[in-house]
Amino acid sequence: MKIAVLSGKGGTGKTFVSVNLVAASSNAVYVDCDVEEPNGYIFFKPQELITQNVSVKIPVVDPNKCDGCRKCVEFCKFNALAYIGGKIIIFDDVCHSCGGCVLLCPQKAVSEKEKVIGKIETGISENVKAITGILNTGEASGVPIIKKLIDDISSNCNLNIIDCPPGSACVVMESIKDADYCILVAESTIFGTHNLNMVYELIRLF
Amino acid sequence: MRIAIPVEDKSMKSKVCISFGRTPYFLIYETATKEAEFLDNSAAASQGGAGIKAAQAIADNGVVALITPRCGENAAAVLKPANIKLYKTMNDSIQDNIEAFINGNLALLDDIHPGFHNHGGN
Repeated sequence: MKIAVLSGKGGTGKTFVSVNLVAASSNAVYVDCDVEEPNGYIFFKPQELITQNVSVKIPVVDPNKCDGCRKCVEFCKFNALAYIGGKIIIFDDVCHSCGGCVLLCPQKAVSEKEKVIGKIETGISENVKAITGILNTGEASGVPIIKKLIDDISSNCNLNIIDCPPGSACVVMESIKDADYCILVAESTIFGTHNLNMVYELIRLF
Repeated sequence: MRIAIPVEDKSMKSKVCISFGRTPYFLIYETATKEAEFLDNSAAASQGGAGIKAAQAIADNGVVALITPRCGENAAAVLKPANIKLYKTMNDSIQDNIEAFINGNLALLDDIHPGFHNHGGN
């Protein structure tokens, strides 16, 4: 089972609720999807850490094969490519790694390289398994790391508590997409209520 | 010389637009013939990378100089290899800026900002 803990507003107590649910269970997995500032590991102090890098695919153009047709430039919805002075310019930070430019290039001039954007640390703390997603500072999106975290727990039959990032954007949607239940943690302020309503509206879509 | 200015409307009386990447239109002005045309900025509705797409359009239109209140780093990374010079607007009047440019009174734009990336910034 997967239970996602989310709040909209930051600092309401998502991690507080998550780590306590995990600690109260006899055999649970704690999954920290707040990859921009993961902090659940502070409470569990996981040992025997296993680290795996998470990378995304970024296009590379072979200038000898490119004939300047600009199909890739026109295709890219995120405008991650430009064609200036007979050369393709690629903006790594704008690229969403969809691979469309690679598929589309009639000259097969576009290939892909791996770019590491963060890592996943898995460790053990007594009978708790703690998995932490960590996005490298300066990277634009934590979605690929969260995707990997959720994929990694998809096959286990334990109780998984997913500590979500704040807000109601893509990173939250990615964190809750496979959840069986969501727990919403709210702060009793106007701002807290406003953001509670936003995440409530969001989870109704799933 | 073909110059470009981001503008609010398709009129010489319109004002300069504060945003380069998400301006609704570009004025493309030929200083030799005083001919003006207005280009729809298809990048304005982009989900991301508006500056890159707008800069590509400016380069494709054979512009030599861009007069703009500001410019982001991704747009600048496209404009620079296209050898397009960047000048900073002096006020929001199209006519004033064209005159100042022709008289050599506009300063080069050198404070390239890191971009707003969907986080507003007017």
